Amino acid sequence: MIELRQLTKHYGNIIAVAGLDLHIEKGEIFALLGPNGAGKTTTIRMLTMLTKPTGGTALINGYDVMRDLDRVKKEIGVVPQHMNLDQELTARENLELHGRLHRIPASRRQERIEELLDYVELRERAGDLVNKFSGGMKRRLMIARALMHNPKVLFLDEPTVGLDPQTRRKIWDLIRRMNSEGMTVLLTTHYIEEAEVLCHRVGIMDKGRLIALGTPRELKQKVGEVVVESFGGKDTGYKLFPSRDRALAYAGQLDGNVLIREANLEDVFVELTGRKVGD
Amino acid sequence: MIEIDFYTVFWREMVVFRRTFVKFFASRLVSPLLYLVAFGWGLGRGIQMNGGNYLEFVVPGIIALSAMNTSFNAVGVSLNMSRLYHKTLEEYLIAPISAGAFVLGKVLAGTVRGLVASLIILVLAFVFGAHLAINGWFFLVVILTCFLFAALGVVAAMTINSHEDMANFATFVILPMSFLCGTFFSPDRLPGAIAYIIEVLPLTHASHALRALARGDGLLPVSLAVLAGYAAVLFVAGVMVVKRVR
Ligand SMILES: Nc1ncnc2c1ncn2[C@@H]1O[C@H](COP(=O)(O)OP(=O)(O)O)[C@@H](O)[C@H]1O
Ligand SMILES: [Mg+2]
Repeated sequence: MIELRQLTKHYGNIIAVAGLDLHIEKGEIFALLGPNGAGKTTTIRMLTMLTKPTGGTALINGYDVMRDLDRVKKEIGVVPQHMNLDQELTARENLELHGRLHRIPASRRQERIEELLDYVELRERAGDLVNKFSGGMKRRLMIARALMHNPKVLFLDEPTVGLDPQTRRKIWDLIRRMNSEGMTVLLTTHYIEEAEVLCHRVGIMDKGRLIALGTPRELKQKVGEVVVESFGGKDTGYKLFPSRDRALAYAGQLDGNVLIREANLEDVFVELTGRKVGD
Repeated sequence: MIEIDFYTVFWREMVVFRRTFVKFFASRLVSPLLYLVAFGWGLGRGIQMNGGNYLEFVVPGIIALSAMNTSFNAVGVSLNMSRLYHKTLEEYLIAPISAGAFVLGKVLAGTVRGLVASLIILVLAFVFGAHLAINGWFFLVVILTCFLFAALGVVAAMTINSHEDMANFATFVILPMSFLCGTFFSPDRLPGAIAYIIEVLPLTHASHALRALARGDGLLPVSLAVLAGYAAVLFVAGVMVVKRVR
């Protein structure tokens, strides 16, 4: 369970996170969705105690991230946005270091390492130095590392950025599997489809604020489930409708090419902010 | 649990040290060899220093400066990179270990590297025919020197915010000490004010203490106390800067 109350972070004059209130249930996969600079990473860094909040509180399974540092550290696993594996160590040694840092006794540590190497399918490469790994292998190893000490809450900051579609699917499967074993997952992404296929609930962030919150379904219903795209003149026009009939009626009045399709989270985002993700 | 945690940090360093030992060994051979050739054979042949030959005068100085350079760089450069560039420091920050354990592990690992570098020079010096009296105190002084400069490495790495400034720190602080702190000549030949500053610096006490011991003159207790004082203060400073990194 993750609980944020008015969580705030200022960097000088920049307000990176502006009073976030959020409650994430145990066993949920929750995505923070938003464009670059929305404040997703800053939020994760505060929850993982890498940055001190300017204000507000955050609790993880009831432990305060400002005060119960050691308790929180046991509860959470962290997969950061940037690759921060130890490049001078092998894959197995990276896991071993993490296990030792969490004081897992030697025999249990070895078992867990082998288990996780299988889990993320890196057994054959376990003895290789990490700097020889591809992006997808590194990301999988980072996930394995975060899982070493059996955390109950997992944070993943843009877990699939820069990966090919196949590897991305693999990571999604991994996240689903961990979740089905009871893990609470908070991930950030700016890939709409990732939030849509993977997550139970989505919070849309923009400029440090949460501008919408709900299941992907709810969010689409809120802005309209059917989209009419019209290609007349210079710009593509978008309009959202609550039902197919209304959309058809509207489309009938338009000249030029018209496309009627189901709404996705991208439409929700555009509708709420007037911008596209990535702008 | 600090005893296990510092060992974890130390263990990681030793895994890497073992893996890169040949490279380390070769690179630690080059500069002392050059110093010994230049100052021991070349410049120093026939020069008498305080009644001994120059080679025997200069070897303790070279050991002191190598201990300093090796330990400082081993900790400072890699920790600075780990904090700013590789971000591997985060792995330690999100682990349930104390700042004290982290710093102790890093500093001891830097000390081991400095000690190995010093041993390499000692062996070379014997090959070059120097006669030095080596005892336990000698190694204690070397270890303290390594320890305090490894701790200085932690302080620098955690407070300096770019790789270039880290290099500048080495150029403006470490490099002058290498040459002026009684390593190649006695600082009492320097003009008053400068000699006074030099007298306060830790490397001066390291060179003096090592030279006195190597000559068979026994331990300089004041120098030992100064080195221990620097080691303690820098270690505490290192723990403090790691604590407030978030
Ligand atoms: N260490 C920092 N110093 C100053 N500003 C920062 C720092 N980290 C993030 N920011 C700023 O905070 C805002 C949010 O950034 P971030 O949390 O990285 O967004 P996201 O992860 O959603 O792309 C941005 O405007 C960014 O420039
Ligand atoms: Mg980010």
